[in-house]
Amino acid sequence: MTKSFEKGNVAIAKAAVSAGCLYYFGYPITPQSDIPEYLSGVLPGLGGQFVQAESEVASINMLLGAGSTGKRAMTSSSSPGISLKQEGISYMAGSEIPGVIVNIQRSGPGLGGISASQGDYFQSTRGGGHGDYRTIVLAPATVQEMYDLTILAFDLSDKYRIPSMILADAMLGQMKEPLDEWKPELGIDYGHSEWILTGAKGRERRRVKSLYLGDGDLAEHNWRLAEKHKRIAENETRASVDIPEDAELVVTAFGSAARIARTAVDRAREEGHSVGMLRPITLWPFPAEEFVKVGEKGTPILAVELNTGQMVEDVEIAVKGASKVSFCGYPPGYLPSPDEIYEKIMEILKGEEN
Amino acid sequence: MPKLEIREERCKSCGLCIEFCPKGCLEITDRFNPSGYNPVGWMNTEECTGCAICARMCPDVVIEVFK
Amino acid sequence: MKQVFGRPESLVDVASHFCPGCHHGTIHRLVAEAIDHYGVREETIGAASVGCSVFMYDYFDIDVVESPHGRSPAVATGVKRSNPEKFVLLYQGDGDLAAIGTAEIIHAANRGEPLTVIFVNNTVYGMTGGQMAPTTMLGQRTTTSPYGREFSQDGYPIKITEMLAQLEGVAYAARVAVDTPAHLAKAKKAIFAAFEAQVEKRGMGMVEILSSCPTNWGMNAIEANKRIETEMIPYFPLGVFKERKGSDFF
Repeated sequence: MTKSFEKGNVAIAKAAVSAGCLYYFGYPITPQSDIPEYLSGVLPGLGGQFVQAESEVASINMLLGAGSTGKRAMTSSSSPGISLKQEGISYMAGSEIPGVIVNIQRSGPGLGGISASQGDYFQSTRGGGHGDYRTIVLAPATVQEMYDLTILAFDLSDKYRIPSMILADAMLGQMKEPLDEWKPELGIDYGHSEWILTGAKGRERRRVKSLYLGDGDLAEHNWRLAEKHKRIAENETRASVDIPEDAELVVTAFGSAARIARTAVDRAREEGHSVGMLRPITLWPFPAEEFVKVGEKGTPILAVELNTGQMVEDVEIAVKGASKVSFCGYPPGYLPSPDEIYEKIMEILKGEEN
Repeated sequence: MPKLEIREERCKSCGLCIEFCPKGCLEITDRFNPSGYNPVGWMNTEECTGCAICARMCPDVVIEVFK
Repeated sequence: MKQVFGRPESLVDVASHFCPGCHHGTIHRLVAEAIDHYGVREETIGAASVGCSVFMYDYFDIDVVESPHGRSPAVATGVKRSNPEKFVLLYQGDGDLAAIGTAEIIHAANRGEPLTVIFVNNTVYGMTGGQMAPTTMLGQRTTTSPYGREFSQDGYPIKITEMLAQLEGVAYAARVAVDTPAHLAKAKKAIFAAFEAQVEKRGMGMVEILSSCPTNWGMNAIEANKRIETEMIPYFPLGVFKERKGSDFF
């Protein structure tokens, strides 16, 4: 295991290499350009390929092409670029092509700005493109998790033949933290030999596609995808849960917002308040069960996000009114201090919330 | 003497083979194939040289040519 | 008796969905002959496009990945870059290649991706029901140019092959037609040359094929076939626009 002090973006790029990803296709956009910059230097020496595409649209489709042959490949971008990739992501989901897509979120809507944001939660967790599908969405909160979850993204993508997304943001991409660079086991048999395109040698030709015109075929395909989504939800939901038995309040946040919220929770605890922290790691599948448990006790919940309220809707859906759900949002262009969130926690605990 | 084999069930009656046959050996028949087209027929067989122009012009690869 | 003409092996023995007289079928047959001739069937990965052309995955006996509309040059780039030993085949219509996918084809060509591109130009959107394409002729009536294409409104029909021939990455670029036996013979030669450009790793090989769409032109097959000569060829001249034998690009 190698120890280093690394930028979050570089941790993702290094993790991709450790995961055996030899093919990268991308287009420059702030604040994620460290990823293509790093990989453009490294991949050629490993016998891989770095292609700077003419557009985000082209790069996602290059990923689709490489994925259809069973090769581990990645693309990365930031919010406006991810919007452009949605067409290809939908086709990948429909054709069940693996591939990893990294979104180092900046702010929107439109050109917005380049500061950290969590405004793409809905886009990421609802599929994002046209049609009835989901992608696996992993939300790291540390540089180490940028590395660990990127490796997991490749594994899950291959295991379920589904595009996986890393949803981080400008803060996580640009900050430096200590990193343990571990090497995952490679060469796991995911059964790809049954479907990947290699040329029809000694077997029937294969088609990797999403077009189903036969009567009832597309409905069947959609139900099959839905079954797969259910299987993923049952087996791959992840959250960091730190909720004391006697919690008076549970704070929930993901990614960079969770780092700030965590400091506020710790301060409240130091002052003798029993406050829990629930951090979804998979945003899709959403760790609804963990929220159901909170709801069973009727413990109030405070959702903190760097947007005007997106994940909080999933929290409300999960608790079904069993807990009071408050929201504390910080749209892009401003980052809260832990004290601000602490104040909000205290308001709720004292029953002074507006 | 050449021989044409016409897969009538695949013929769409477009007439391109007839248009380009230098010897006028082909005609649309009054039969119907399962798709509802009147398939082409090899009529004037003794004039046929087996040049295969008809087969090459056919978009549906309906005609096979033997010599 | 010896068979002098028959179905190429790589062309799956099924009825096509193409309309009577549509040149797609003829072009499919020529492409399948090239696949057979170069012995690449078992090494080929096709990148299908969107439009009438999408069903290449039903008609060629090869592995095929479907692409979003216009994106097959990007999809094919991903396939080829991660599998340089495979033969990668594209088959795109004019809506796909010359409108929504213009950026993808130009940049794949400019990168010199060793891909073989079959570009079918029938001056109209076929599958969607006959709308105006970027290749639609001036004056041509379509369902979205009901008064005829007019340059001040819609611009001129785009000459893709001339454009692509300018790019260093393109090893072979030609425009052919399949409306007469003589043109067919030249078309076959061009398709073979576009295969060779990839086989010999010289860069992109592309062939634009002027093609009829009797249904959406409102003509019978014979009239539509004649229109290639009378209207299309005068504007879209046939010929080889680029032939770079050496591989100095790489």
